[in-house]
Amino acid sequence: MKILRALCMFLLPLLLLPGAAHGQDASLGAIVAKFADAKKFDQTEALVRELGATGDPAVRPVLEALAEGNLHVRKADGTVFIVSEAGKEMKLIDPLSGETVGEASSSAMKKVRVNNGLRRLIRDVLSALTLGAKSANVRMAAVNTMFANPDPESIEALDAAIEVETDPAVKSRMEQARAAAVVLSDRPEKDRIDAVELLGSLGDRGVLSLLATVEANAEGDLKQAAANATAKIRSVLAAWDVAQNVWFGISLGSVLLLAAIGLAITFGVMGVINMAHGEMVMVGAYTTFVVQGAVRAFAPALHDWSLAFALPLAFLVAGAIGVAIERGIIRFLYGRPLETLLATWGVSLVLQQAVRTIFGPSNREVGNPSWMSGSFEIGHLAITWNRLWIVAFSLGVFALLLFIFNRTAWGLHMRAVTQNRRMASSMGIRTPWVDAFTFGLGSGIAGIAGVALSQVGNVSPNLGQGYIIDSFMVVVFGGVGNLWGTLLGAFSLGVANKFLEPYAGAVLGKIIVLVLIILFIQKRPRGLFALKGRSVEA
Amino acid sequence: MIAARFLRDGIDRRIGLLLAILLAAAVLVPLLNLAVPPTSSFHMPTYLVALLGKYLCYAMLALSLDLVWGYCGILSLGHGAFFALGGYAMGMYLMRQIGARGVYGNPDLPDFMVFLNWKELPWYWYGFDQFWFAALMVMLAPGLLAFAFGWLAFRSRVTGVYLSIITQAMTYALLLAFFRNDMGFGGNNGLTDFKDILGFNLQARATRAALFSISALMLSGAVIITAALVSSKYGKLMIAVRDAESRTRFLGWRPENIKLFAFTISAVMAGIAGALYVPQVGIINPSEFSPANSIEIVIWTAVGGRGTILGPVIGAVAVNWGKSWFTAAMPELWLFALGGLFIAVTLLLPKGIVGTWDEWRAARRARRLPNELAPVSEPSLAEAAARTARHSIDPGPQPAE
Repeated sequence: MKILRALCMFLLPLLLLPGAAHGQDASLGAIVAKFADAKKFDQTEALVRELGATGDPAVRPVLEALAEGNLHVRKADGTVFIVSEAGKEMKLIDPLSGETVGEASSSAMKKVRVNNGLRRLIRDVLSALTLGAKSANVRMAAVNTMFANPDPESIEALDAAIEVETDPAVKSRMEQARAAAVVLSDRPEKDRIDAVELLGSLGDRGVLSLLATVEANAEGDLKQAAANATAKIRSVLAAWDVAQNVWFGISLGSVLLLAAIGLAITFGVMGVINMAHGEMVMVGAYTTFVVQGAVRAFAPALHDWSLAFALPLAFLVAGAIGVAIERGIIRFLYGRPLETLLATWGVSLVLQQAVRTIFGPSNREVGNPSWMSGSFEIGHLAITWNRLWIVAFSLGVFALLLFIFNRTAWGLHMRAVTQNRRMASSMGIRTPWVDAFTFGLGSGIAGIAGVALSQVGNVSPNLGQGYIIDSFMVVVFGGVGNLWGTLLGAFSLGVANKFLEPYAGAVLGKIIVLVLIILFIQKRPRGLFALKGRSVEA
Repeated sequence: MIAARFLRDGIDRRIGLLLAILLAAAVLVPLLNLAVPPTSSFHMPTYLVALLGKYLCYAMLALSLDLVWGYCGILSLGHGAFFALGGYAMGMYLMRQIGARGVYGNPDLPDFMVFLNWKELPWYWYGFDQFWFAALMVMLAPGLLAFAFGWLAFRSRVTGVYLSIITQAMTYALLLAFFRNDMGFGGNNGLTDFKDILGFNLQARATRAALFSISALMLSGAVIITAALVSSKYGKLMIAVRDAESRTRFLGWRPENIKLFAFTISAVMAGIAGALYVPQVGIINPSEFSPANSIEIVIWTAVGGRGTILGPVIGAVAVNWGKSWFTAAMPELWLFALGGLFIAVTLLLPKGIVGTWDEWRAARRARRLPNELAPVSEPSLAEAAARTARHSIDPGPQPAE
């Protein structure tokens, strides 16, 4: 809201200026009036340059109208108007004040003729005009356009603008735009080589084609300089690509971490694989959907806060289902991990079908709050806000769990049961309660994972199925000894996946990762961080 | 040799009954389908023949899983992969039999390869125009995969839940792989549009009836082999590994070899089931590899009763019959029913239908016996019977290790 208002503050004067700048109207009006006598293109061209030289933003509508062929002269008295066509009748607009002053039939008006050369000139003059705009944002946008379409003719305008520019960011961008223009100009070779070097230090993909033209047409040192600059840019871009892959990998890893960490807890403490874990994620995502619907219906102003309401609710809903599953089913199956696996698979089928019956089989739309949409760039790294938030959120959840595990009595009990259930029981720990609450905690974490995942993926009854195998892989890879294993497992799988993708394709990359995990399990049958003990199973 | 001794020692009465039913079906079903006029109420419609044939393939698949899970304690969540590999091997043979009769009329390449602009047959399709080669591959492909996988996994003592998860990862990886068009197995659409097998038209009623009979005979063969295997000395070792792997190891046996043998045999059996399944269903596509399918196989076995020969056959037929009925009558309830079945069977019928029936019979016999004999001071027969039936279940929670 603030930004919007600030933007208005900047833009409004620009829009109002033509009418407001009465002081200079006299001289501007005189120049504009001369368009009536401009019979040849070079006369018109001189007038355009004259208008540009005034540096007054008020001439902008005149030039724009001229370029579009909307600047007309009234045959009767030779007055210049901007016209807007409405059928046979034309609306006459005063070129400087922007007020509608009357109407005339099209036959009474004569168009000021323009050709393509003029249009190009007008564009340059306009961008040079914008270079003098009051708002740094507007100037930056203008420079960016000039950088993308370098034109040797604009060098002077840029030089003049660089002289007076105060904003350092805009200034350096202007210098880059100037360099791009210089490279294409016929200036002395030394200047052009300097310009090429400046461009080479940018590491911008857009410059590559420019440099390629230079390299193709130039000779000697300049050619060499262009080749060097190209190589430099390519190496910089390669480094950014690696960074991009790492970022994508971390982003995928954080999703995996969220999905897997609850599974790792229940598996670690109780030795059961909860096949319905993915469905807990789905329940969390649907809770978000319901909460968002309710917020939209009852308090639309709080839309941005809906995720904050959804988080505790998703934790409670999924956690309650988890406790119910534990008390109702898993409790009777202790010591039979494989049967637990089957029973929870049954639970997952029932939950899936229940959600499908209630919400329908199609994808549900969960909106992003405003602070999670959009993206920003660091160098050549495009980072979307929602991904960044999810990485931060997953790390936050991880830290919270670490705290619970290592600093609370409940965590102590959980660790004790994980390490030696019978001994823990003999020490007076109520293992059934630890089991129930651990299962609830793991499911609740899955629920809030669902809230986060609803922001990056589809919310459908199959949501959980998509994550379950990946989460298993994280758990068996990381081991159940401690939470760090899960963290390491999730991020290394995420990064490995994203690094293999460009070379092998998404699907083959995933297959390779799966095969690697299967092989890894042969080497370390209990994962990276295994519990150490002296017991022999069975 | 095992089979010979098995036959000499006489067949368990129930297995004998099962074999008799299967053999009778192999003869009767084709007769009812082909010889009885459609107007007669004894006529068996062709769709039913295909459906029953499909159930028999599933039964064989469930039996193969029972061999590793019920008798050897390896819960494989990837048995669908072996089934599908066998199916693909058969599908490739059937694909080659189409010849120039495909949509594009290319005598050398299957339709999907022409569609993908492939110029020549990939090397791994060589030989599949011969039935003997395809039949060999039906057993070799799943067998070799199971051998390699088991050799790695059992040697490094990956057990329990970990093993289940990586078998699931295996079938998931294969699912993804077979979905790719570049693999040369028809990608998403799989292999279909088969014309004939060994020169017989696949659409003909006689061929379908014959396929049913062959399925029934193969299932009988699988039942005999499994029964012979588990009642042999090797079978006792398998059960020992299931109930106390470490103890078996300490007694000097090599559990990994025993498991590897069972796993490979079971995979070959699953592959054969897949090969019989494909010509009767007319299509094989990557969805057969999906992990959910493999878990469903487990529930067939569990419903019927694992650790029994009869159980998986009964379970597979019953669950699939239920599935056919549900998906036709009330499709939206099928997943509820299947999910409920998973929960109910694990909670209430851990030994499945057959196991529970046995237990009930043993208990009744034990109740009757004390009346006829003098009261015994030793632990009663009922308890003994119950104990032998419950060998796999160790009470009390176990840690994750």
